[in-house]
Amino acid sequence: MTLIDLANPTRFLALSARLLPWLAAATVILLAIGLYQSAYAPDDYQQGATVKIMFIHVPNAWLSMFVWGVMSMASLGTLVWRHPLADVAAKAAAPIGAAFTFLALLTGSLWGRPMWGTYWEWDARLTSVLILFLMYLGLMALWRAVEDPSRAARAAAVLTLVGAINLPIIKFSVDWWNTLHQPASVMRMGGSALDKSFLIPLLVMAVAFTLLFVTLHLAAMRNEILRRRVRSLQMMQASRVAFSSDVGSRQDGASKEVGAA
Amino acid sequence: MTALSALIHRDIRIALRVGGGALIGVLFFLTVVVLMPFAVGPDLALLSRLGPAILWLGALLASLLTLDRLFMADHDDGSLDLITMSRTPLELACAAKALAHWLAAGLPLIVATPVLGLLLNLDMVATGAVALTLLAGTPALTFTGMIGAALAVTLHRGGLLMAVLVLPLSIPVLIFGVAASQAAITGPLSFGAPFSILCALSLVSLVIGPFAAAASLKHGLD
Repeated sequence: MTLIDLANPTRFLALSARLLPWLAAATVILLAIGLYQSAYAPDDYQQGATVKIMFIHVPNAWLSMFVWGVMSMASLGTLVWRHPLADVAAKAAAPIGAAFTFLALLTGSLWGRPMWGTYWEWDARLTSVLILFLMYLGLMALWRAVEDPSRAARAAAVLTLVGAINLPIIKFSVDWWNTLHQPASVMRMGGSALDKSFLIPLLVMAVAFTLLFVTLHLAAMRNEILRRRVRSLQMMQASRVAFSSDVGSRQDGASKEVGAA
Repeated sequence: MTALSALIHRDIRIALRVGGGALIGVLFFLTVVVLMPFAVGPDLALLSRLGPAILWLGALLASLLTLDRLFMADHDDGSLDLITMSRTPLELACAAKALAHWLAAGLPLIVATPVLGLLLNLDMVATGAVALTLLAGTPALTFTGMIGAALAVTLHRGGLLMAVLVLPLSIPVLIFGVAASQAAITGPLSFGAPFSILCALSLVSLVIGPFAAAASLKHGLD
């Protein structure tokens, strides 16, 4: 089974229907284990119980970047190989990525309130994640602005790839900007390696969230394919109605002409 | 080569004549800068402290607004199809068009900077620093904005959508432009480091912009 075999949407639908229950089950089991482990992880000696927000926050932050990577691969698939499912994958990934990014920002600011004393700090990382969130929203706006999916797909693919080149530049320049404006007021996590009692739940949660993304992404891709089928069926029906009424009126006109003659 | 220079000449001439609208950008720049004191108050000390940031924001918005015209007019009268079908590589044609656009719409902004600096109580050094950083940075704005303009023309959607897509990409230019001008005015950092990074950003966008714009024109116009 290679990637090109999946170019047939029906085959993809069949395969994903078989895969989805297993993926969903694995996600639920891993999430349960991860949540259990993070609930029973010891409190940090400085941060207390708030350190547990990290078990949700870090996987979200990691996925916010991972999803853009997935979208970039899919965009290459759209522009270079014209793979018919690539733009479906890119379109389905964008809202999920935006949701993960938003959750990373939200959990981060909930953690920041007791730790830093403020919900929002113009810290370099927070700022670059916020910009990433804005770019996700812009991409979704682009998808929504154009009716023709294939036309929107190519535009979104160009923008995704430009974003993939630009995101590291933005990250680097925001780091520069931050050190320029307010030097090192923000406490940093880690420095030394994480303790095992934190690392293992964190890794389990990261894998669980990645599986969650794969599950949601497959489900969203199936929805998108079905939505496009509905759309093309509706358009076929509309054109059939228009065509028959067109033919009917022409026949009327012809019979009138005959009658006049 | 002659085809490209002819394209540049043509674009500049169209931009500067009636209906071109390149100089409206300068007027917009002036208006934005004049609006600022009404928002932050007429305190000259505060204005001179915010001056470089105000000028950079004004120039950013002005160059973004004029970008709409980069491909749209050519698309409307069909000459964009001729350009895409000609034997000149589309990437080079895009670069030439962006260069012409920068000469017609970007350079006047830099020429206007000293006058606006006067309004914001900037001294000679500060005005010179802002003008120099704008000279180095506005090509980056034009060449990255060109990607948005190309997307806008293939999607038949300009305006707000383009602004939403392009503005996040211009954050690095804004950061280093303002950082370099502040460094020249107040220190303590050296002017050279942010200024060279600003130049590097312009050079990078000189490479990425035409390729991305040409790709979106090639894939989008059919």
